[in-house]
Amino acid sequence: MKGRVEIRIAGEGGQGVILAGIILAEAAAVWQGLNATQSQSYGPESRGGASRAEVIIDEEEIDYPRVRQPHVLLALSQEALDKYLPDVRDGGVVIVDQDRVVPPACPRRRLIEAPITRLAREKLGRAIVANMVALGVLARVSGVVTLEALRSAVAHRAPSGTEEVNLRALELGYHAPVREVSD
Amino acid sequence: MSERGEIRLVQGNEACAEAALAAGVRFFAGYPITPSSEIAEIMAVRLPQLGGKFIQMEDEIASMAATIGASLAGVKAMTATSGPGFSLKQENIGYAALAEIPCVVVNVQRIGPSTGMPTSPSQGDVMQSRWGTHGDHPVVVFCPWSVREVYDLTVHSVNVAERLRMPVILLMDEVVAHMREKIEIPPQVETVDRPRPSGDRQDYLPYDDSSDVPPMAAFGDGYRFHVTGLYHGPSGFPTTDPEVADRLIRRLCGKVQRRRQQLALTSAHLVDDAEVLVVAYGAAARSALRAVREARSEGVRAGLLKISTIWPFPQEVLLSLAARVRRVVVVEMNLGQLVLEVERVLKGRAPVQHVGRVDGELVTPEEIRAALEGV
Amino acid sequence: MKRYLRQQYMPHIWCPGCGNGIVLGALLRAISRLGWDQDRIAVVSGIGCSSRATGYLDFDTLHTTHGRALAFATGLKLARPELKVIVVGGDGDLAAIGGNHLIHAARRNIDITTICVNNRIYGMTSGQASPLTPKGRLATTAPYGNVDRPFDLCQLVQAAGATYVARSTTYHVRQLCNLIAEALENRGFSFVEAVAQCPVYYGRRNRLGTAVDMLKYYRDHAVTVRAAQSMQPEQLADKIIIGRLHHVVEPDYESEYARVMEEARRRADR
Repeated sequence: MKGRVEIRIAGEGGQGVILAGIILAEAAAVWQGLNATQSQSYGPESRGGASRAEVIIDEEEIDYPRVRQPHVLLALSQEALDKYLPDVRDGGVVIVDQDRVVPPACPRRRLIEAPITRLAREKLGRAIVANMVALGVLARVSGVVTLEALRSAVAHRAPSGTEEVNLRALELGYHAPVREVSD
Repeated sequence: MSERGEIRLVQGNEACAEAALAAGVRFFAGYPITPSSEIAEIMAVRLPQLGGKFIQMEDEIASMAATIGASLAGVKAMTATSGPGFSLKQENIGYAALAEIPCVVVNVQRIGPSTGMPTSPSQGDVMQSRWGTHGDHPVVVFCPWSVREVYDLTVHSVNVAERLRMPVILLMDEVVAHMREKIEIPPQVETVDRPRPSGDRQDYLPYDDSSDVPPMAAFGDGYRFHVTGLYHGPSGFPTTDPEVADRLIRRLCGKVQRRRQQLALTSAHLVDDAEVLVVAYGAAARSALRAVREARSEGVRAGLLKISTIWPFPQEVLLSLAARVRRVVVVEMNLGQLVLEVERVLKGRAPVQHVGRVDGELVTPEEIRAALEGV
Repeated sequence: MKRYLRQQYMPHIWCPGCGNGIVLGALLRAISRLGWDQDRIAVVSGIGCSSRATGYLDFDTLHTTHGRALAFATGLKLARPELKVIVVGGDGDLAAIGGNHLIHAARRNIDITTICVNNRIYGMTSGQASPLTPKGRLATTAPYGNVDRPFDLCQLVQAAGATYVARSTTYHVRQLCNLIAEALENRGFSFVEAVAQCPVYYGRRNRLGTAVDMLKYYRDHAVTVRAAQSMQPEQLADKIIIGRLHHVVEPDYESEYARVMEEARRRADR
């Protein structure tokens, strides 16, 4: 993509939404030479409650740091999808976990379904790395960052000792079977 | 500097902590408070690695006091807080101003008054940062709009505090504090140390007013001097002599006033042909720049004056820019604070409109565009 | 003794008969006896009569805001551990507005010696009740008799973690000096309560007579720690227990933080 790209990642607390946002921003900014701004909001609970990360990627300097009309929405819970779908711009990409979300009608956007949590659980035995699977899906479907940049960011940012499983999760997501639903 | 720095994705609060360390801060006293706690947490990890000291004090008042105490020992010292804690620190900030103890106070603004909404941004402490403590006193307040600027202004705050022997306030907002952006962390930064005495102990006057920033000895260096929050003469001993009192306060306020122009940090964006000038600072200036760019694409000749030095207010810069425009729009996340200063300076030379927001959300480019294009 | 005083600032501001000078004298004799380097001593105070002592002492002296002396002193001590740091304050300053800093300084066992000049009143502001004004006593803000119950400050700081605690009076000057010297030598948080007369604002209003009468009262009502052990609570009700009340050896804050610094460096190098 060219120009300013707005990405929103949303889900429940504990799903690693914020870390996914940080890694995406770091991949773009540090490892791919673009500019990126990452911000977040989360409820008072560190588990449960709504959680949201926003990333803006641009070749140019980024002024307004908030997402207005996302080009990409990654929704990891039904609540997040229902809440943020209306903001997604026409032609934007909506990525959902097909086992956790019943997608509503999604006119004028590309709806991408992938078995995000299932892959993490079945292939890696760790549902907690679903966020990295999701990032892999996001990278391939949206093209906003390269897999290589994401790999570097994961290796750098993942909690010590978890780099390997997170990298595998990323690859898994990048090569995941995705389904584009059109209405 | 030819050597390249390290490129990192850094949170605003993290940039603040790292910059303070780079500037030579080796003491931090703090108390947990959202949204500034990351600064204390990083200092707790990093300071002891560098031979510095971190202490979590029993309250905000004590944090300010310990910071001043450490600075008197000759160590560059800092504390960080948010609105409620900033309120509590005020008495001792005044002490540091009167006793001329260099230190940096970071206030990551959240919305208030009172507990407010602790994770929501605001720019409601602009006037408090100027007049929060009682009495006439000098103040320098810097306000960053990006993670890059957080780093640079933190270094600058430490340097100005040392150079002028006074507390300097870094007024951040929650948006900038919690945002992550790419910055290049320089391998080293320019640092300034407070002026030190060189003469004999017998001749040392801790508040010698033959210059406006007297040399400052450290406790333990053998100068054996007195420091008090009472008005004092050059010896540091308390006085009630009106002439001495007047001289002291005029010198303290004068040391900032005289340097107003060199302290004024601003940047102008797209102002050359501007008919409407937006004045903004901190995160709101990011929204303002977006709005200015979008308004221009609709044919509105807008420009932005982004202010980094809130106090002393950069009035010369504002006056020269405002002379060329039809009107001025001030954008801030409060119900009208810095706009009062803009109006004071412009004295009706141009109409001033205010765009304010107090619901805990960052002001949007749309709201600002409405003001730019609506009239 | 004179070498510890900034005589150019005399006469001092204290009223005739005030106990502050006696306590200050005891402190200076204790310092003199220990032979400490005058350039390595910092005295920190808050606001109040006793806190004005710092102005007259020829050390590095810091006269801070009301109640906050211990918080300033904590930063000073931590930033420059080789300094001997002494805090001098009154009962209102240390126990009311500064009470939180007092218990936390004790909790940390930071190596600071605190001398509390307890005259049971706010003297500087002319006679308001303090947290050490006994129940029933008169003050300008307790015109019908004080309804508040006073602290036992020594018990308070001991419970909070102080490693040296003692009490004496301005009558028992030699003992006071000895106890202050012991407190100064203790590495950790040390607390000495010096019960002192304020004949002007506390004594007069409560009809306690002259300064000499108040000193005689201390003579007649002081009970040693040892004697107090065999006395009943009702016998002790109007007594002042004097002597070393508590002394234990425990690591002080600076030593503990030095270990933190070592550990932090070790992990950073790894």
